[in-house]
Amino acid sequence: MEEQLIFNYTIPGDDFTRAGEASSSVKNKLKKMGLDSGTIRKVSIAMYEGEINMVIHADGGAITVEISPEKIRMILADTGPGIADIDKAMENGYSTAPEEVRSLGFGAGMGLPNMKKYTDYMNIDSTVGVGTTVTMDVYL
Amino acid sequence: MITTQTLIDAGIFTLKTQGDPAKSIKKVFCCDLLSIAMGKAPAESAWVTVMGNRNTLAVASLADISCIVLAEGTAFQDAEIECASQEGIAVFATELPIFDAALKIQELLS
Ligand SMILES: Nc1ncnc2c1ncn2[C@@H]1O[C@H](COP(=O)(O)OP(=O)(O)OP(=O)(O)O)[C@@H](O)[C@H]1O
Ligand SMILES: [Mg+2]
Repeated sequence: MEEQLIFNYTIPGDDFTRAGEASSSVKNKLKKMGLDSGTIRKVSIAMYEGEINMVIHADGGAITVEISPEKIRMILADTGPGIADIDKAMENGYSTAPEEVRSLGFGAGMGLPNMKKYTDYMNIDSTVGVGTTVTMDVYL
Repeated sequence: MITTQTLIDAGIFTLKTQGDPAKSIKKVFCCDLLSIAMGKAPAESAWVTVMGNRNTLAVASLADISCIVLAEGTAFQDAEIECASQEGIAVFATELPIFDAALKIQELLS
């Protein structure tokens, strides 16, 4: 089987009520495709954390999800402020989340560690002032 | 093993929406920080929290959490209740503190 499915999403920048819609949409698609619930859960958790990071830290962006027989690849690209120190950002508990989103329950500094934990491959490509692209794979 | 229905029948919390009553509850989990819940709440758990907003619901849905128990008198708005109902996630509310609410679920689990 050679086929590859590709889904594209545009993530609006400031809308916390809609944040998570792209991840929910992908979850429903994977369910319909009959993937096992463990795999779906990994993709859902990792993609949501990336999606919400774009909303909070980067004023939105674009997500591409590629589904092939071997893996599910999520590419999250934004033109936000970028991440100066990626190793530091990956640390458990490191967060620059502003006060107004902390009051909604964000800002534990566990989003990026969750993305790492629930995927088989993760790469962050970021340039300060240019943007961030996070690529994550969950193997099938 | 207990289900959401067990929790409904126990009558210990106020039912806000019943979601899918057949969903099993295997553990109880407490945390108000969303990404900690996202990373650590087990699938098929009951999540006790005071964080009552749309993002709570998104986390519960994406992490396969069976039901949300809003403690300390926390409430969802009607739109969130409606959304939970569509997602099949049961929502309960209680005036109890988080620990006491979780303990009541734990008693049903053991
Ligand atoms: N897309 C992004 N653009 C710019 N900075 C980012 C981006 N994603 C993450 N960061 C930076 O990395 C930090 C850590 O991210 P992480 O997701 O782990 O925690 P958080 O978003 O602050 O809190 P939460 O636990 O709610 O996810 C952020 O606080 C932010 O400084
Ligand atoms: Mg985050």
